[in-house]
Amino acid sequence: MNKKTDREEAMDAAEITVVCRCEDVTLEEIRDLIREGYTTAEEIKRITRCGMGPCQGRTCRELLLAELARASGRKIDEVAPTKYRPPAKPIRLGGIIEGDSSDLG
Amino acid sequence: MIAVTWAETVSSAVSEQLPKTADAVVIGGGVVGTSIAYHLAKKGFGSVVLLERSYLACGSTGRCGAGVRQQWGTRLNCLLSIASVRAFERMDEELGYGRSIEFKQGGYLLIAYTRREMEQFTKNVELQLSLDIPVSLLTPREAGKIVPILNTDDIYCATFCPTDGHANPFHVTYAYATAGRRLGAKIHTFTDACEILTESGKVEGVRTNKGTISTKVVINAAGPYSGVVARMTGLDIPFYPERHQILVTEPVEPVLGPMVMSFSRRYYCQQTPHGSFIMGMGDPKEKPGFLTSSTWEFLVEMAEEITKVLPPIGELSVVRQWAGLYDMTPDAHPILGGTPVDGFYLACGFSGHGFMLAPVTGELISEIVCDEEPSIDIHGLDLGRFERGELVIEPSVV
Repeated sequence: MNKKTDREEAMDAAEITVVCRCEDVTLEEIRDLIREGYTTAEEIKRITRCGMGPCQGRTCRELLLAELARASGRKIDEVAPTKYRPPAKPIRLGGIIEGDSSDLG
Repeated sequence: MIAVTWAETVSSAVSEQLPKTADAVVIGGGVVGTSIAYHLAKKGFGSVVLLERSYLACGSTGRCGAGVRQQWGTRLNCLLSIASVRAFERMDEELGYGRSIEFKQGGYLLIAYTRREMEQFTKNVELQLSLDIPVSLLTPREAGKIVPILNTDDIYCATFCPTDGHANPFHVTYAYATAGRRLGAKIHTFTDACEILTESGKVEGVRTNKGTISTKVVINAAGPYSGVVARMTGLDIPFYPERHQILVTEPVEPVLGPMVMSFSRRYYCQQTPHGSFIMGMGDPKEKPGFLTSSTWEFLVEMAEEITKVLPPIGELSVVRQWAGLYDMTPDAHPILGGTPVDGFYLACGFSGHGFMLAPVTGELISEIVCDEEPSIDIHGLDLGRFERGELVIEPSVV
């Protein structure tokens, strides 16, 4: 097994859970914001950048909604999700004009 | 494990009852509305209520290019933006928000691609220097020194002001809201202003989907919906919404200090402190309307233009695109001040510059509502100028 990095050690010690891996947003930050009174996924996304990274929330969108659902005693499908925005996958600016479809995977 | 419950969030305004009366009601929870609410509360105007039909910064504010510049072609826009830049500089300290508004003063580099544009820039610089804006007129070579990745072919000249920059629109809005609440302002999100009640030409109250508030003062800060709100009092304002599209790339190491912008080619591009590039382009074919969908055509046009202007950016990937609405007036200046309806004030029509003008707008509108002499003479920005035919044409807009 690989040796843990200093950051991973520190995170273990502090019991930190990363929710958004692209933008390095933790569950603890999200809970703090809910306590401050931010009650929508859109607001928390905008403050923390949760879901704004290259993967556009593929993992963290659901985790954020689940946390908001839990905090408000609602079901996850009762919490308004953040908007999906194009493009569906990151695409190179140069590739767009070259008509390069390899970026489209 | 700490379970966060809704009960712990009771401090949030969402659970508060809408008050029956208020000394002032602000309609619109974007950066302009929250700035006005904060400044009114700071002046101790009385009970201030802000109504937002969705969440804060959900409209034009949260979709904007986030730039803050002082390089304008009219004296009035220069004065307004100088005051706003000063406010942005001290905002982290003044508002006690706890997070940073991410104000980065990397400057604005404005590029002239035509002889006519160069002549306009020369006039603008003269005006700006007379107002102590630290701007300089640059040769293409000098512009290339400031932005090494800039393609300097076809450039006539450029102007650069190092104290221009950009800030994070979400944080600025939430910072004003947080500071406003601390001073007693009530912010009600998911609350729709449905009707403005008037009697004998005077404001009497606002009916919302959550009850009616009786008030003598209503401030219209509804951005692109300001026309809709003004019509609730019977006023028609010369004003139309216009879609502008924008995109953001993946983050990379800092390589671009200033915002790079051209009026004749209608593009702007900046690198945020976070590392991503945000860029947009105006489309002269865009028709007035409330549409905020994104198009593939924009992606292609933007990609073509930006890879000519800043070629290395072609290697970056776009992660997201979106669109927002400009609230356009015939002279691209905002409409600020009172109206023929007693107690009804306008803070709208920013024509794409609402974010950068929000700090000074909050100050000025709070002064006007409190019946004080405004700290900048803005009587030329009143609604009446359109009827009088006294437009204040701004030559330098995207």
